[in-house]
Amino acid sequence: MKIHEFQAKEILRKAGVAVPRSIVARSADEAAAAFKELGGSLAVVKAQIHAGGRGKGTIKEHPQQHGVQLVKSADEAKKVAGNLLGGHLVTIQTGAAGQKVNQVLVEEGCDIGRELYLGIVVDRAAAGPVLMVSSEGGMNIEEVAEKTPELIFKEAFGPDLGLMPFQARKLANLLGLKGASIRSAEKFMQALCRVFVKSDCSLAEINPLVVTKAGDLIALDAKMTFDDNAMFRHKDLEELRDLSEEEPAEVRAGKAGLSYVKLDGNIGCLVNGAGLAMSTMDLIKLHGGEPANFLDVGGGANVDQVTEAFRILLDDKNTKAVLVNIFGGIMRCTTIASAVLEAYEKVGFNVPLVVRLEGTEVEQARKMLAESKLNIISATGLTDAAKKVVASISA
Amino acid sequence: MSILINKNTRVICQGITGKVGQFHTKGCKEYGTQMVGGVTPGKAGETVEGVPVFDTVAEAVRQTGADATMIFVPPAFTADAILEAIDAGIPTVIAITEGVPVLDMVRVYDLLKRSNSRLIGPNCPGVITPEECKIGIMPGYIHKKGPVGVMSRSGTLTYEAVWQLTSLGLGQSTCVGLGGDPIVGTSFIDLLKLYEADPATEAIMMMGEIGGTAEEEAAAYVKQHVTKPVAAFIAGRAAPPGKRMGHAGAIISGGKGTAKEKVAALEAAGIEVAESPADMGTALQRAIARKRRA
Repeated sequence: MKIHEFQAKEILRKAGVAVPRSIVARSADEAAAAFKELGGSLAVVKAQIHAGGRGKGTIKEHPQQHGVQLVKSADEAKKVAGNLLGGHLVTIQTGAAGQKVNQVLVEEGCDIGRELYLGIVVDRAAAGPVLMVSSEGGMNIEEVAEKTPELIFKEAFGPDLGLMPFQARKLANLLGLKGASIRSAEKFMQALCRVFVKSDCSLAEINPLVVTKAGDLIALDAKMTFDDNAMFRHKDLEELRDLSEEEPAEVRAGKAGLSYVKLDGNIGCLVNGAGLAMSTMDLIKLHGGEPANFLDVGGGANVDQVTEAFRILLDDKNTKAVLVNIFGGIMRCTTIASAVLEAYEKVGFNVPLVVRLEGTEVEQARKMLAESKLNIISATGLTDAAKKVVASISA
Repeated sequence: MSILINKNTRVICQGITGKVGQFHTKGCKEYGTQMVGGVTPGKAGETVEGVPVFDTVAEAVRQTGADATMIFVPPAFTADAILEAIDAGIPTVIAITEGVPVLDMVRVYDLLKRSNSRLIGPNCPGVITPEECKIGIMPGYIHKKGPVGVMSRSGTLTYEAVWQLTSLGLGQSTCVGLGGDPIVGTSFIDLLKLYEADPATEAIMMMGEIGGTAEEEAAAYVKQHVTKPVAAFIAGRAAPPGKRMGHAGAIISGGKGTAKEKVAALEAAGIEVAESPADMGTALQRAIARKRRA
């Protein structure tokens, strides 16, 4: 689960991680008032959307307006916030439609000495959380990792012991920090690692991490992502979820217990199991088609879930055909066949439907589909299924 | 012979009184697995599917001599259940549960490495040695005893591969689902070592997927240490970067973990890679034929 920058900074502030003073504004007037309240001679107005690349991104309705802007008066803050709020911010991560801006963060200016990068992820190879820092702050860290991996320094830490002070000092030294900044880095990094574990994060990223001219470390930006599997023990964090930032069909699928990811193609897929669902997408592509989605109905799908899955697929205007691929293990093929038949009638299919079943009770299931008189194209193997569904849209 | 489990394996189920635990205890028993007991705290003295229930794993081991466990407890309690099994000295711990928090697995993994237990999963279909012992949720009847070791990060894709092998007349020695999470107890390399050493395994079929570097590491290991023919399939060639495909582990991030990179690594190690998921069985046939010629 992702959250906004202003939410992440609130969590960090409470955890003792240094962040600049800032105020959230949901109207242009609130932004002007926030500027006055901060009391400085300059501030930064930042559009709050989940996607990255906000500084370079521009507002669709005001093409001159970037997603992050320095302002020097309350009037200017008001004007910029007015441009941002209600507009759609288009960044390298949002796609052409952009993401609507519902709030801005008005933040005090900060006396930037150096810009560093800091990130924490749960690393598979280390089988635990790893803190990464780099002197190349503000940059796209993936590019740094690819071109100059020697400029990224890492320290693994355990969830219970946390990051030891010496580890922070080691990293500070590699970053070239001196004097009081070493102590500041110790405090900053340890607090961040603690809150990472406490909140069950899967990612925390501070880019840039600023060293002020006075030598203090402060988080100029903050991104936090939480482990969905751990949300059951973080009801408070669950409340920070912003559904307007998520693909509506994916939210809907989640409620029905389906795992769904929307893609750009036109062949809808309904499959049981994540690995088989991915393979089905691969298969469609291999035979010249383009999958419209990834959809895993899980191990024990019932009629309601299959019906909802069909509705989600058919509500996508791009869907020109649907492929059902089920390997019945514990879930019998007959269960799926009756669900398909019932859902087919309920939903009202208007595109070709190809069904490939294999596994437990497959013979009876195939017979049920054949005798149904519904316009269902039956397939016997994976290749046959892919060929038939691709042919159904080119015909 | 086989790896991990066989007809002599004595199995308990943690979470046996739950609906899913009970259902699969029955399924495993019907397959021929020696189910000898179950554990649910507070339910000692009850009987489920004809086997006794105990309050603790330690007690169950004392009373039944169990040497394997199948875990079906809810995600919030899975780390505790795994650690209880390790503490009781069970050599083979198989966690089926899906949705375990990753930091719980970080803690478990740390203790696991200092124990003598082997953990399969979590978020996996389990392990089966055909016609001897099934511990997990896979449909038993698609399997057939034979020479192919099968290992995979996903469930139904494994069934698909096994079904293709069985249909081609290629039976299996032992099939293992490693699990779809970022941190799981057993890696491809751990199993490659076991399959290579197992006289009953003559060829190895592996199904990987996008995300992480487990397949690349396995490829490097095969090149160095495995003499038996190996075939592979990688799921997720059509998956776009940054989108998580169901499994928490299946995500291409920072341009790493793409299917293309994995396929290249596997092929460079002399592994026969199936281009289509429909050709997993035939890829293994090709791998065997190629090894014979060489």
